[in-house]
Amino acid sequence: MTLRDELTLTKHWIVQHHPHEAGDPLLRVENVSLWYDGHPALQDVSFELQAGEHLAVVGPNGAGKSTLMKIIAGVLKPTRGDVHVYGHAPGGHICIAYVPQRNAVDWNFPVTVKDVVMMGRVGKIGFFRSPRRTDWQRVRQALETVGIQALAERPIYALSGGQQQRMFLARALAQEAELILMDEPLSGLDLPAQEELLALLPTLQQNNIALLFALHDLNLARQHFSKILLLNRQLIAIGEPDEVLKPSNLRRAYGGHLHIVSDEGRWLGLSDTCCSEGEG
Amino acid sequence: MFDWLWAPLQYSFMWRGLIAVVLMGSVCAVVGTFVVLRGMAFFGDALAHTILPGVAMGYLLNGGNTNGLFWWALGAAVLSAIGIGAISHGSRIKEDTAIGIVFAGMFALGITLISTVRSYSVDLTHFLFGDVLGVRNRDLWLSAIFGAVVLAAVIGFYKEFVTLSFDPILASTLRLPVRILNYFLMLLMALAIVISLQTVGVALMVAMLITPAATAYLLTPRLPRMIWVAALIASFSGGVGLYLSYYLGIASGGAIVLVATSIFFLVWLGQATKRRLQARTEDKPA
Repeated sequence: MTLRDELTLTKHWIVQHHPHEAGDPLLRVENVSLWYDGHPALQDVSFELQAGEHLAVVGPNGAGKSTLMKIIAGVLKPTRGDVHVYGHAPGGHICIAYVPQRNAVDWNFPVTVKDVVMMGRVGKIGFFRSPRRTDWQRVRQALETVGIQALAERPIYALSGGQQQRMFLARALAQEAELILMDEPLSGLDLPAQEELLALLPTLQQNNIALLFALHDLNLARQHFSKILLLNRQLIAIGEPDEVLKPSNLRRAYGGHLHIVSDEGRWLGLSDTCCSEGEG
Repeated sequence: MFDWLWAPLQYSFMWRGLIAVVLMGSVCAVVGTFVVLRGMAFFGDALAHTILPGVAMGYLLNGGNTNGLFWWALGAAVLSAIGIGAISHGSRIKEDTAIGIVFAGMFALGITLISTVRSYSVDLTHFLFGDVLGVRNRDLWLSAIFGAVVLAAVIGFYKEFVTLSFDPILASTLRLPVRILNYFLMLLMALAIVISLQTVGVALMVAMLITPAATAYLLTPRLPRMIWVAALIASFSGGVGLYLSYYLGIASGGAIVLVATSIFFLVWLGQATKRRLQARTEDKPA
């Protein structure tokens, strides 16, 4: 965003949310490329997402999953190509929520869980106002939906990994997001915590909230998502799990770093590039 | 005991000094809370040093009259903040390198300018380490007005500043005017620094920005409380430091900062000891 854009946005002291045009899909990514110092981080990625649709984004380390999320959030500008949210550039929307990677967060920041969830409403409350009773109600509802209402007053340094992710999900709900971007939310979580978080996803779908969910575990992606995007700088494939996670596609995405095992007619991918922190 | 407290206050310069340190302490601590939370200590230190050429210029141009210094200092700070932003934004230079370059360059300019004056060492000492007992009514009024402006701004933009400090990406997806808010926070830092020029001076300023706030950070996990506690610690340090300076005949700026630093270490030691005791009781079998 340029300084002038920011000034126009703040002219009325509150963001003017662009109207949603009925014919347009929630998200349209068109030929998006991003170059860093002469190297492509993303090349010619195009896809669409309808309202309420859930999409798993898989691919090796450095495939550009985080980059793609940040471009959609409007935080990074693509070198080429366009992102449209309901037919407009993402800069005019406050219905997109980005859940950061855990290691990108200062967990010693002196705030409580409900303070963080309330941050999701800062844009809606507007300048020079404090949260109203309806805002706190929203926060409470969001905490209940993700099942951590008992932790509302807890300082954030005292949360477990799974609770941290659920807090950010609650923040996205309080923001009234229609598209949630989650960047490797499962990394560093133990198996029960991973399952607990994944069990919340159908609730989002019931509320017609679309989701982009980056993850490493191809088998979890297959189990919990009906649509998968396989990425390695370029979009390798998008569609139903069986179609996308074919050996030929996986070999293109992972090269030699993946052992492919056939299991009763389904393909299992065992990746050895899993879960390093701070992936780009 | 009361005599000990009251005796110095028969001098009006002590009264004015006391009001000045409490004002300066509170304003610095409130702004300093955000400096600590965002890890901008180096920037704060640099910004404090970069006001020296502004002060020197005002001093030279007005023939030793100190009335306009406030504005000169503020101008220099704003110019430096913009300069640092411009150097680190559009090029491959990292921000802390840009800060270092502007910081040292401006400071050198300030020293060079002041060295052209004959009473060089006395004036330089006042600018570097403060001259709290030389505070005049006019300075107090300016400090009070701009201190009130800074406090009102922090209260008015509180939730935006907190959100921006905790999660800049959220602030950006909420379409808050991130860059404007960042520059605004820098402007508030510059104002806090200029207000403190007379009380602690350029060289020790960073201590008033970060030490009370860091102490409060250790004491409480809630943000609004951290701000209050920081302001209390800073004002208390200011008062105690002033009395120490009066009775022991030591430099007031140094005394104030030493009191604040001592409080920090007491709290830090207390917490380290508490953690060790807790660890020991947990180790014991029930």
